[in-house]
Amino acid sequence: MNRISTIFDWLGGAVVMAFRAFRMLPEAPRIMKRTIEQALHGGYLSLPIVSILSFFIGAVLALQAGYALQDFGAKQLIGTLVGEALVRELGPVFVAILVAGRVASAVTAELASMRVYQEVDALVTMNIPPERFLVLPRLLAALCYMPVLTMIGIIIGWIGGAVVCNYVDFIGIAPAEYFQSVKQYLTTTKLLHGLIKAEIFGFVVILIACNTGLRTRGGPREIGFAVTDSVVYSLMAILSLDFFITKALGG
Amino acid sequence: MKKHIQKERFQSEPRQPATIGQTRTPVGVEVRNLGKKYGAQTVLTDISLKIEPGEIFTIMGPSGSGKSVLLRQIAGLEAPTSGAVAINGHNPADPDTRDRFAIALVFQAGALFNSLSVYDNLALYPLEHRIGTRAQIRDRVMRALKILSLEGAVNKNPSELSGGMKKRVAIARALVMEPQLLLYDEPTSELDPVMSATIGEIIATLKQEYQVTSIVVSHDRDLALTISNRVAILMRGKLLSLSDPAGLRRDTTPEIIDFLNPKIDLRNPRYKNMAA
Ligand SMILES: Nc1ncnc2c1ncn2[C@@H]1O[C@H](COP(=O)(O)OP(=O)(O)OP(=O)(O)O)[C@@H](O)[C@H]1O
Ligand SMILES: [Mg+2]
Repeated sequence: MNRISTIFDWLGGAVVMAFRAFRMLPEAPRIMKRTIEQALHGGYLSLPIVSILSFFIGAVLALQAGYALQDFGAKQLIGTLVGEALVRELGPVFVAILVAGRVASAVTAELASMRVYQEVDALVTMNIPPERFLVLPRLLAALCYMPVLTMIGIIIGWIGGAVVCNYVDFIGIAPAEYFQSVKQYLTTTKLLHGLIKAEIFGFVVILIACNTGLRTRGGPREIGFAVTDSVVYSLMAILSLDFFITKALGG
Repeated sequence: MKKHIQKERFQSEPRQPATIGQTRTPVGVEVRNLGKKYGAQTVLTDISLKIEPGEIFTIMGPSGSGKSVLLRQIAGLEAPTSGAVAINGHNPADPDTRDRFAIALVFQAGALFNSLSVYDNLALYPLEHRIGTRAQIRDRVMRALKILSLEGAVNKNPSELSGGMKKRVAIARALVMEPQLLLYDEPTSELDPVMSATIGEIIATLKQEYQVTSIVVSHDRDLALTISNRVAILMRGKLLSLSDPAGLRRDTTPEIIDFLNPKIDLRNPRYKNMAA
């Protein structure tokens, strides 16, 4: 019973925090600098790892598809499979997982230590709402870099697939043919759905990170716990939301 | 009130610098039957105080007696378990109250923003509240740093400062807010005697020239007995005595005499009594 009330308290806190942060949206021009800073930390610096990971996801996907489809003589579908899987599912999900591991953990650690060392209290006495000063820039930054990172991840994943198709002997599909097949069934709607997913994941992950961080009480040990919690909750949220969003968007 | 503030913040013309004592009314604090518990532990029991506008009010008491917790309640950072605090009749936890009176708290551990330089720590309040132009803010910050002999530390990060320097930056940051109510949590605990005297002079000057109300938590007996109008002694979460410095000197309660003038007694050391 106590457990359940804690969960609802936590969820309620997160919703209230998001609400308070967005009520301060009219003041967005004032936090421009901090938002750009966060976008740089969260988005730009995630580029190398997103690129490397996406490349290999695309490559492995193409390789597995190659093994699976060669028996049916349906190798020309590899491009379609890799293309669709990345756009609809793997692109947004893997980028969100990376953001949870790389960005959410850092956000939680920073906000939790600000809370524990009374910096948040200092903000409150100065009448600077933490929702505006700390939460909103991070949420806005996530909304900016998530679609960009996802798009880049998808394209590099496609390229990974192309490289495998071109150089792995038993597949042997030329890049032109491969990209033809990638494009064949791709529509703007599918791409849009993928990016919407990415936006929702990014928003939820950073909101969880901020909420867990600012709710921390205690000392250095609790900061560590908060980071663990934040990453675990984020992963759970990504994978469970994925199901419902996919269902709602109809693919 | 909210709407009004927001509109003000959106004007491209910066707000005129708030000159304390002129645009703001002196602030009185009333603490009514305040109690605070953390779980099963009772930290404060039935505290009632009335701090007059422009008064220097000192709170003394042994370590762990609840002084910092009391300051947090007065600053509106935590809700009391029972009773209430009123700043000129308003709830200190309400942002409007803070906006109207500017309440500054010098934290015991400084609570400096670690990701900001000393300059940015001080400039944050006026920048966020759009008080004055950039040049005016710079003047204001540099003046506060100068008063606390911190000119050399302007561009340092808090992690590069000594304990006493952090404390001084925290005090400077509170001064830049030009508050009407200033709460100090052990402002002189990490400072050398000369700096401690300077802090005492600053507190007294703010009172005389700007009618700033100060609540000072301190173990510094000299500071307390020289600058205070009244001194409260807090022990185990209860108010043990409340009087002016002269009255406190005359107090004959054994606990208070021992607290104010602890003698080192090698023949009958305290720690032996405590262990017994
Ligand atoms: N957040 C908290 N949770 C639980 N207990 C707390 C909390 N903050 C303070 N306490 C307890 O309240 C009591 C009073 O603490 P407080 O910090 O007010 O002491 P203090 O009088 O300021 O002491 P010092 O002079 O050492 O700073 C202590 O027993 C402390 O353990
Ligand atoms: Mg204390």
